[in-house]
Amino acid sequence: MSEIQYQAAKTVKEAVKMMQAAKGKGYILAGGTDLLVQMKSGARNPGVIIDVKKIPEMVSVTEKKGAFTIGAATPAAVMGEHKKLRKAWPGVVEACNLIGSTQVQGRASAGGNLCNASPAADSVPALVAAGCIVNIAGPKGKRSVPVEKFNTGPGRTSLKPGEIVVSLTLPARPKKSSDAYLRLIPRTEMDIAVVGVGVSLTMKGDTVADARVGLGAVAPTVLLVDKAAKALVGSKLDDAALAAAANACSAACRPIDDKRGTIKYRTKIAGVLLKRAALIARDRINGIEHRGHRPV
Amino acid sequence: MAKIHVNTTINGAPTEFLCDANQTLLDVLRDNLGLTGSKEGCGSGDCGACSVMVDGRLVCSCLVLAPEAAGAKIETIEGMADGDKLHPLQKKFVEMAALQCGICTPGFLIAAKALLEKHANPTEEEVRYWLAGNLCRCTGYDKIVTAVLDVAAEMRESAR
Repeated sequence: MSEIQYQAAKTVKEAVKMMQAAKGKGYILAGGTDLLVQMKSGARNPGVIIDVKKIPEMVSVTEKKGAFTIGAATPAAVMGEHKKLRKAWPGVVEACNLIGSTQVQGRASAGGNLCNASPAADSVPALVAAGCIVNIAGPKGKRSVPVEKFNTGPGRTSLKPGEIVVSLTLPARPKKSSDAYLRLIPRTEMDIAVVGVGVSLTMKGDTVADARVGLGAVAPTVLLVDKAAKALVGSKLDDAALAAAANACSAACRPIDDKRGTIKYRTKIAGVLLKRAALIARDRINGIEHRGHRPV
Repeated sequence: MAKIHVNTTINGAPTEFLCDANQTLLDVLRDNLGLTGSKEGCGSGDCGACSVMVDGRLVCSCLVLAPEAAGAKIETIEGMADGDKLHPLQKKFVEMAALQCGICTPGFLIAAKALLEKHANPTEEEVRYWLAGNLCRCTGYDKIVTAVLDVAAEMRESAR
């Protein structure tokens, strides 16, 4: 006989109380596309499932002075349908819209993707490149953490007991800014990244004024690659600058060998994708449209 | 452990059921409510055979917990035909033999209906991407994609 309980929180405060009361056996249910699969396989055994989708701020996108705050349980499909968000952060949105099928898109969320803490999570390299801030609520109140500091290893986060991720904030953009996310999979759809690269750029004229690079599936957590960003800043994205940034990405890789890709392959591809993603981000700044991966 | 009492709406009809906290919506549809049109293929959100609409959104019912259905509007394959009158997609699937064993068919029909409600004029590529989460091991997909495109064209024509 199952002892498991289901609770639907109506406020963030209530969700935190439920997490605390569950004494380490509480699991947050956002879209459930990872949690339910893990429950079925026995990988996770919640005592209490706490559904946060009845909390309005956790399932909506809001804009304030150019910064977007995305509720942690907002379905990826809702992000894709949000025109202003897509315009400001096409890379973040395309990364989220790459996760799973149309059916999965109706449920899966960026907050869930982050908390599931897979090194190959598609949304996270784009969020790292975006300089995303993770908004957390817990028994001791609220705190915020840069997204690249959130995960501590495969399947592990820096959340303390009773804490939950409430939302993700993408900062206001200077003019002439855009981003892009590319991942490599052996097919065109429905697979897990062999390598994923997010690049966010701000240009001044035809020179890169600011850059951030997030690199996924090549280390225990998604990496912020400062050296690659530094190689791009001040350049006109010429071949030499792109090659230096690509080398910095490859040098940052600490991948595993598995059925999806070898260490050597992942290391090389990290650099290749960096170059392509940087050029797509620049094209977008210049008003050249790049169709996202998902055409509908 | 007490069962959870859930009030929901399925295919327009107010419905109530009792379930366990970790039962999926698919399990309740099939085992508690006798709505066996939705199929279980993989049980992990890969095959789409259990596709249903929840509050207007296409989802895998194997990845939805039954208690989440409280207050929601659910549409299943059982609500697609109007009595004996088949939905144009259902008719076309029969006419064009866009099915063989039939296990994946309810999921394809629900997903295709969701596509056409959102995009009246999809390209072949758009249809294929939209349906990438529905697996069929019989047809090779071509007949399904052609059927969906044909229905889209017919529905556009009759809407003119």
